[in-house]
Amino acid sequence: MRLKLFKTKNSMILVYVNTDNGLSKASKEVVTYAKKLGDSITVITNGNAPNNVLSELGQYGASKVLVDRSVSTDDLQQLIDLVAYSAEATGANTIIFSHDLVSKAVAPRLSVRLKAGLVSGAIDIPNAEGAIRVNVFSGKAFGFVKVNSVKKIVSLLPNSFQPEIIGGNCSVEEYSSGALKGRVKVLATKKPEGEIPLPEADLVVSAGRGLKGPENWGIIEDLAKSLGAATACSRPVADIGWRPHHEHVGQTGVAIRPNLYIAAGISGAIQHLAGVNGSKVIVVINTDQEAPFFKAADYGVIGDAFEVLPKLTEAVNKFKSSQN
Amino acid sequence: MKILVCISKAPDTTSKIAFTSDKSSFDENGVQFIVNPYDEWYALVRALELKETNGGNVTIITVGNVADETIMRKALAIGADDAVRIDSDPKDAYNTAMQIAEYAKGQSFDLIMVGKETINYNGSQVGGMISEALGLPFVSLASKLDFLGNKLTLEREIAGGIQVVEVDTPAVISCAKGMAEQRIPNMRGIMAARTRQLTVIPPISVEELTSYVSYDLPPVKSSCKIVSADNMDELVQLLHNEAKVI
Repeated sequence: MRLKLFKTKNSMILVYVNTDNGLSKASKEVVTYAKKLGDSITVITNGNAPNNVLSELGQYGASKVLVDRSVSTDDLQQLIDLVAYSAEATGANTIIFSHDLVSKAVAPRLSVRLKAGLVSGAIDIPNAEGAIRVNVFSGKAFGFVKVNSVKKIVSLLPNSFQPEIIGGNCSVEEYSSGALKGRVKVLATKKPEGEIPLPEADLVVSAGRGLKGPENWGIIEDLAKSLGAATACSRPVADIGWRPHHEHVGQTGVAIRPNLYIAAGISGAIQHLAGVNGSKVIVVINTDQEAPFFKAADYGVIGDAFEVLPKLTEAVNKFKSSQN
Repeated sequence: MKILVCISKAPDTTSKIAFTSDKSSFDENGVQFIVNPYDEWYALVRALELKETNGGNVTIITVGNVADETIMRKALAIGADDAVRIDSDPKDAYNTAMQIAEYAKGQSFDLIMVGKETINYNGSQVGGMISEALGLPFVSLASKLDFLGNKLTLEREIAGGIQVVEVDTPAVISCAKGMAEQRIPNMRGIMAARTRQLTVIPPISVEELTSYVSYDLPPVKSSCKIVSADNMDELVQLLHNEAKVI
């Protein structure tokens, strides 16, 4: 089905994909999404990903990939130029991003520069009226947003749209946009190795004050490791410094929508639920059967996290080895 | 140092979210409004700390109607020097950003600070839009900000880590957790804020690039399936066969 309301004179769509870490699931999601909105999909990217990797985006619907190797993601101002120039060069009136830390810096500026209405955090294709569903009130409700301008920008919330393979590889062209260097200088980059970034994680294991202290986080990390999950925590735990702030999920932390969210020792205050209720499946482990979190859960275990978690890890390990 | 902090009203974090019967707008009945936490805890408090160290003044600005004066007085009670309201019902992020940019133009602010997003619309749009409209550099999602000479050194969140960046003032910064700690206003501040003059200025005419046409609440989850704490194998099987997530 093609959405005529989103089509203007041409159905050329530009998709910005960040390929610094290869082809993420999110990059395949945005190309698949774009293909639902128009026929001709040009992907613009930057950095050093090899051509044979970039050409795989054709499988998800890209007609071609343009890559400007002189632009670094560190320079977000330059990235705005890159996307703006390539929108002009391709004649695209619709630009799609993944709703991530890059697009949060780039898309609002592009919206002003191109006078293009911006829908941030889309979770669906436009409906019959051309309105796009987004999360509002920190995940407690949905809003339907319509873009009034001819030019449109949509950033798609990761994990809300499944990638679909529909064809073969596409061509990759080197592109020199002439984007100007920005005024923000990067002094250093600190990236902890081996951690799965929380907003992109399919599986998340999280814990709260019920774990009694940071020294007890080993049982959370063990389960996360067995599952291949990211770790997260509730706000009080981040506030008292048991865990780093970037692990805090909830209304004032990160909002996530993994396939599976396992919460141990978290009561499920409304502010916490706001950050996680986009999860497809929620498992709650708590000693208190009256904990409000059980009302939002798909599966519940009433029991002590210190006993339940090691057993669950063991069961997961057993299951994983039976799968091999 | 002259700092502008953009604040927005937001429903209290414990509010039950409901919409009018035609689902066209948020039902404000019985809802307590607060200063959007990111604007207050991080942007405003860090701005006040910078003022205390470097001298200068902190102006807060909001786009809203007369009911928003409560949150403006809260910001004054915490320590802002001046409060400006652009007299317009808030529309989309673009309209809001253009209103603020119009005010900031020619005022030579060294720093314009916004919260990373509001807790009601979560768009994370206004800060970037103001920076583009004013032609200023923008640093998004900053969790640390230091000021020396005319240079800002910031830490900002990037995928899977933190980046340390440097930029000359003037600049626009969106502020995230870590930037400062919440401040509770004292009684003297609250009393003084009650009688302070608020500046009200008329809006400029700006189009809306987007509009919210309707709202909806997420479907209620069917009841939770309880699995015995002694049977984690069953839970794993349910997650694999029934939920199909592992």
